[in-house]
Order: sequence, then C-alpha cells, then structure tokens
Amino acid sequence: MNTIAMETEFQSKIDRDLFIEPKDAMPDKYREHLIRQISQHAHSEVIGMQPEGNWINRAPSLRAKQILLAKIQDEGGHGLYLYSAAETLNISREELINQLHTGKAKYSNIFNYPSLTWADIGAIGWLVDGAAIVNQVALQRTSYGPYARAMFRICKEESFHQRQGYEIMAEMMKGTEDQREMAQDAMNRWWWPSLMMFGPHDSDSSHAGNAFKWKIKRKSNDELRQKFIDKTVQQAEVIGLTVPDPDLKWNEAKQGYDYGEIDWEEFKNVINGNGPCNKQRLAHHIKYHNEGAWVREAALAYSEKVKG
Amino acid sequence: MDTQLDLWEVFIQSKIGAHHVHAGSVHASDAQMALQNARDTYTRRNEGSSIWVIPSKFVTASTSDDADMFFEPANDKIYRHPTFYVMPEGAKQI
Repeated sequence: MNTIAMETEFQSKIDRDLFIEPKDAMPDKYREHLIRQISQHAHSEVIGMQPEGNWINRAPSLRAKQILLAKIQDEGGHGLYLYSAAETLNISREELINQLHTGKAKYSNIFNYPSLTWADIGAIGWLVDGAAIVNQVALQRTSYGPYARAMFRICKEESFHQRQGYEIMAEMMKGTEDQREMAQDAMNRWWWPSLMMFGPHDSDSSHAGNAFKWKIKRKSNDELRQKFIDKTVQQAEVIGLTVPDPDLKWNEAKQGYDYGEIDWEEFKNVINGNGPCNKQRLAHHIKYHNEGAWVREAALAYSEKVKG
Repeated sequence: MDTQLDLWEVFIQSKIGAHHVHAGSVHASDAQMALQNARDTYTRRNEGSSIWVIPSKFVTASTSDDADMFFEPANDKIYRHPTFYVMPEGAKQI
C-alpha cells in the first residue's frame, strides 16, 4: 500500500472513531506525536513522585504516611502503564529514559515547583491531580488504543489522589490560624501553575492541528481548563479557601467562571529550564537511574544464565 | 546495551471464573519475575484473582487492516443468530 492510500485509510478509521492499534499502519507523524505525548505523560508521573517523596518522612500521622506512600506507588505504576503504551510504538524504554535525561523529552512543568509545606501535599493532590484527572478523562477516548486503555486504568485510580489532597486541605482549614494560613499559602502558590498544566491558550497552541485531526486530542486546552476551574472553585469555597485571582467572576451567560490572565512568561521560563526545581528534578532522576545500573545488570546476567 | 529484559504481556482475571483480560505489559527476565512485576504493576487494588503472563514475542495477532477479509466468512451466515427464525404467533419463548 502506498503512503497516500495508507493515510487515507488511516484517516477514514479515525473519522469513524475506530481505535488505532500497534500493528496498524499509521503515518510517521502520528507515531512521533504519540511517542512525544505519551512519554511526556509517563515522565511526568515518575518525576511527580519527587515533590511528594519529599514529605514521606515528615507526614503528620501514620495514616497520612500510608496514604502518601500508596499514592506515590500509584504514580510509579502510572508511569509504567504509560511507558508500556509508548513501547508499543517501537521505541525502547532505554531510549525513552535517554530522551528524558538529554532534555529531548519533557515532563509536566508543574513538577518544577517545590513542595515546601505539608499543605503543598494537599494542594498537589487536590489541584494538580484534579487538573490531571480532567485532562485524562478526556484522553480515555484518544484514538490510540493502548494509550486510551492506560488512561482508563489511570483514571480509575486517580480519583483517590484528588480526594486525599482535598481532605488534607479541608482538615487544615478546620485547624488553627497557622494551619489555615499554610493551606491558603499553598493554594496561592499552586493555583496558577495548575491552570498552566492545560497548556497555552487554544489560539497559541502549536501542536493542536494534527492532534485534533487524528483525535489524539478531543477537547481543547481552554475547554479543559474551564472545566477544571468550574469544578474546583466551588470546592475551594466549601472549605473556605480563597482563589488567588481577583478577576475570577461567575459568568451567568456561559455558565462558567471568567478568570484572570495567566502569566505565560513564567510558563515559558519554567519550561525553558529556569523553574525553581528543574535542575534538581532531572539530576535526582539521573543519579538514581545510574545508581540502579547494577540492578539492571544483575537482572540481565540472571536472565542470560536461566536461558543457558 | 539494552538492559531492559524481555517484554511480557499481562492478562488479569478479575474473579474466579471470569475471562483473563489483557491489561498491559511488563519487563522481566523469566516467568516468575513477570508474574511478580505484573502483580505489583496491575493489581494494587485487588483487581485480580489470577494472572497470566506470556512473552510478547509469542503473540501472533491478526491485523485490523485485514479484518474485513479475515472475518468475512461469518458475514453471510445470519442463520447462526436466533433472531433469524420466525416464531409462530402465540408461541412462548423457551
């Protein structure tokens, strides 16, 4: 089959809402787009373990510590689901990790911010995982089968993350003056970066054209961001937190909130490596990846031995 | 050097008697390690009562490109469906 016939056949499958499976013919650009997106997603899950891991030893109770450990274990698991989905596109795990280490592949910008207080663990679960859920629910209908199925599994597990975060915030808001201030401070620092997680405004989104045509994306950045804001503002009000946006206002006509301008300069600055924790996050991953080399080598030696 | 071991496909049975359903894949050097990795990766919430792991290289798949042709022989055999048959007026379902 020549390239044009293949691409016509491929697009017709997409247009009929059929899933694309690993052995199906697909345009190189579709494959590349998916590898970029799925690997970025996988790296985000794994790098996202770092800001939370920072608080395991300081969790305020055994219950909180068990929950945090389970959540971080989930993030590692989500990374594995996604790496295995990416590997179906004919790229090896080694190459994926290598692309992360050389900076060719990115991870979500949000994890370049530090987790300074226990309230940050609440804010990460509530806001960051909340934003991730909105994004991932939409991706359950993405056109690539293995990615869609990984999303389905992840979404089932993710709602516990958002709930435990919200519970931390709610508990702190019922606490002392200091605790309420700490919760509000975390809200103030995490709100805007959470909105940035959905990416640039639709008018400025560089990869969007093909992503919609190929149904990798089905909802735009701004649609998803709006959905997140509308759900989250109400949750903030219920527990007495203030959303740090003076322009936030209910818009009766659109049945959603209007919100203030996002600081895209900051967004670009952090993406380009100048966020508070970029260097630390990557250096940490590289260090432990290298220190784990002996485990991989031992496993390989064992593998060769049992095969004779 | 590729140190990532072999790829195994994971099938989870949610409860005894149910079908084993494909869940994803893991890396492992042997069947025992594949089972344990599959358990840790795919059944953290008691999703499983049994797990199968199969080396990915042993999976042979039909392709969706050929699906029309491949499954065509079933298309004209609608008499395999009970709704093909007309029940006499007033006859009760078995």
